[in-house]
Amino acid sequence: MNGRRPLPAWAEIAVLPLVNIALAFITVGIIVRIIGVDPLHALQFLVVGAIGSSESIGYTLYYTTNFIFTGLAVAVAFHAGLFNIGGEGQAYIGGLGCGLAILAFDRYLPAPLMIPLAILAAALFGAAWAAVPAWLQAWRGSHIVITTIMFNFLAAALMVYLMVNVLIAPGSMTPQSRNFAASGKLPSMHDTLAAIGIQVAPSALNLSIVLAVLCCIGVWVFLWHTPWGYALRTMGHNPEAAVYGGTNLRHMTMLAMCISGGLAGFVGVNELMGVHQRIVLDFPAGYGFAGIAVALMGRSHPVGIVLAALLFGALQQGGAELAFEIPTITREMVVVIQGLIILFSGALVNMPRPWLQRLFTLRGS
Amino acid sequence: MDDLVSLVFLTLAATLRVATPLVLCAMGGLFSEKSGIIDVGLEGKMLMAAFFAAATSAVTGSAWAGVAAAIVAAEVMALLHGFACITHRGNQVVSGVAINIIAAGLTVVWGTAWFNRGGQTPPLVEDQRLLPLLLPNAGDNILVYAALLSVPLTWWIIERTRFGLRLRAVGEMPLAVDTAGISVPWLRYRAVLLCGLFAGLAGAYLSIAQNAGFSRDMTAGQGFIALAAIIFGKWRPFPAFGACLIFGLLDAIAIRLQGVRVPGVGEVPVQLIQALPYLLTVFLLAGFIGRAVAPRAAGVPYQKEH
Repeated sequence: MNGRRPLPAWAEIAVLPLVNIALAFITVGIIVRIIGVDPLHALQFLVVGAIGSSESIGYTLYYTTNFIFTGLAVAVAFHAGLFNIGGEGQAYIGGLGCGLAILAFDRYLPAPLMIPLAILAAALFGAAWAAVPAWLQAWRGSHIVITTIMFNFLAAALMVYLMVNVLIAPGSMTPQSRNFAASGKLPSMHDTLAAIGIQVAPSALNLSIVLAVLCCIGVWVFLWHTPWGYALRTMGHNPEAAVYGGTNLRHMTMLAMCISGGLAGFVGVNELMGVHQRIVLDFPAGYGFAGIAVALMGRSHPVGIVLAALLFGALQQGGAELAFEIPTITREMVVVIQGLIILFSGALVNMPRPWLQRLFTLRGS
Repeated sequence: MDDLVSLVFLTLAATLRVATPLVLCAMGGLFSEKSGIIDVGLEGKMLMAAFFAAATSAVTGSAWAGVAAAIVAAEVMALLHGFACITHRGNQVVSGVAINIIAAGLTVVWGTAWFNRGGQTPPLVEDQRLLPLLLPNAGDNILVYAALLSVPLTWWIIERTRFGLRLRAVGEMPLAVDTAGISVPWLRYRAVLLCGLFAGLAGAYLSIAQNAGFSRDMTAGQGFIALAAIIFGKWRPFPAFGACLIFGLLDAIAIRLQGVRVPGVGEVPVQLIQALPYLLTVFLLAGFIGRAVAPRAAGVPYQKEH
């Protein structure tokens, strides 16, 4: 093929993703230019807003937590050759499970029992919401992409119904549940650190980030160091080989999607148990979709996902500050960046490869 | 009796009003999907078109300029989808998701920067909108008729023309089309462009015909309902049209039933009726009501042999 060689492995892992992100950011720069703002000026506000103070770093890490959960969720499904676009709905229902567990038991259980129970409930509800599309794909042959899209809308409709008609706090005008009791609160990071003598500025960051790190390690161990993880990845690479190796594709589809949905459900832990202290509407706020960008950018590896989630968390926090400093730019700029990263790191991932190949061929000759 | 007649008329008119963008979008999506290019980005194209229709109409004062801008905006997104999926053989679902997210963000970013109304465009006055043509209180603007016409037109193109035959072939077995010496990419690009045209009209309908201006996320999942209608219609124009009408009727009923107590049932949750299109599509896809089979090559990039 035109005398081009394949890229060396390190370039495939390190250079190509950076080129893709660079393309996305150049496009963002052009869009910022179009609305009449100096891109470098905007970038400065963004960076300072994201990591300029102890408080902003706290918020960056709080957003990062959500992106790690949904990024891992998409990645686990990717490894099984499944495309889970239902992270949004799974996060929503996971939060419902977390909230229901707390509303049911927070007056009777102490925090050391309440918190693990609520986390477990979030995982189970998220997994259950993913299990239905998985079952429909494995046994009935429906396409998981379409079904998970539909389940996002079903989750939203169900939550609006429940919040407006069933779970709404008595006497409340806005659709939200009663406040959780103290045992249903996940300790914030600044309180926890203060207890061991480290002072940081208060922020929304809470112990969910510890859960996120544990999930990263868990996913890494599961995918690369267990027989199930091996079977799951084999199914993603070559389903026929997986069958030949004795894997039941139906069961593996269920397993992959349940893990994926459970991970997405943890967004509910961070948002409801960590921050809102009650069940509210619309808390998944696009994290499920952004998880696709995180997984694509992180090449579906936990280390890559943490790095990508840090970038997305910084963008989320920096973007809010940027919108505050420059009124012509709104927070939705961050949504545009997420979309462009999905475009360049996902759909157009192959575009720069020939350019790099040519570069490496020139250098090598 | 008069009451009943007027109720039926009003409900039918409401159904048609709600179904129009679904029909246009579904017909556009059909071309794309028939050619083997999955389009989950209908929502984003429609949203972008709705924004540019309202923005252009507000600035120029001409509704037709708005329609033209809507088509151009949707075509740009369609070409982006084609560039990613056809030229660079990228993942079609990923590309569609990207287009949806980019459109959701860009419309608000540009809208706020240009009009300073929190993402909305200025309210449109009479000349800047497409107004009802014949019937009073029915909202029968020209795009409603365009939607009605688009169905037989789509059927005729797909089923009765040489282009349509090739389109169906390229969605089932691109290798056969390629072997016959017909360009697979060019066929698929034309399908994607047709999709953009219809999605553009659907977007224009939302912001300058049905409503008097653009508001953020105004498509509110209608692109996905159109996608559901395509599946529900088993990738055929007239059944897909029927699905759009059913979904439109459900919506019209949901609005009418809001807060009403039905004898023997009690209050019907509006959310349940609104969720029905998605629920029905899930049931259909699962093979509980008939069987929906997608074009065989849908979602598979075509790699020409070297």
